[in-house]
Amino acid sequence: MKISTMKELLNAEVVCGEEDIDRNVFSACGSDMMSDVLAFVKDQAVLLTGLVNSQVIRTAEMMDMICIVFVRAKLPTPEMIELAKESGIVLLTTKTRMYDACGILYSNGLVGNKLKS
Amino acid sequence: MSDLLTFHFDVDGDDFTSAGQASVQIKKNLRQLGIAPDTIRRVSIAMYEGEINMVIHAGGGEADVTVSETYIEIVLKDQGPGIANIEQAMQEGFSTAPDAIRSLGFGAGMGLPNMKRYTDYMNIESEVGVGTTITMRVNI
Repeated sequence: MKISTMKELLNAEVVCGEEDIDRNVFSACGSDMMSDVLAFVKDQAVLLTGLVNSQVIRTAEMMDMICIVFVRAKLPTPEMIELAKESGIVLLTTKTRMYDACGILYSNGLVGNKLKS
Repeated sequence: MSDLLTFHFDVDGDDFTSAGQASVQIKKNLRQLGIAPDTIRRVSIAMYEGEINMVIHAGGGEADVTVSETYIEIVLKDQGPGIANIEQAMQEGFSTAPDAIRSLGFGAGMGLPNMKRYTDYMNIESEVGVGTTITMRVNI
């Protein structure tokens, strides 16, 4: 799924990284706990979160993610936007809540990652 | 090529916002060295969790990274309160982090288990009241 499609589906706004919204993403994860995000590496390209601090951007960077969606109309700080630009990460913000946002993307084909047992 | 490449960082313990800067820098350095992306990710996540731990629990510390031909070694050293029960600290979900840290997205008791998960070798030396030194290696 293209980031631009995610933007439409979630009625989201692009905070930064407009030039990269045609990039394709193949899986996503949603969490407010960064340690949980860091625990399950696969190739998630998108992080949906309601958490707003610099560590969200760094976590995404560590995971090689290319897009963060802030749910519940959360807005990243100028410092976070600067970090995201440095790392080439697209930031989106949507009024949609976490559960709904994940559901909308999932049902349109953007899956998570199956847990390895 | 028998020379070891080393990188040293001071991790500032006063500022949660800047925590992780050393790991971001290491990620860039390893990329420039042409290390495989999967290896870079494992090293940088393990180091990032360790850095966050040092800031949350120990008031900062020092990080040293050595790149050899066969492995990347990360040594994280602090003069914090030490870990009273390492076995307990290694359990997923066990955390002594304050609630304020949890509201920042950490302190879920996943840091040390994640560090072990992503590295091929991990050793914790800790003395209560003296500090903690964690050594991790990822094979190349």
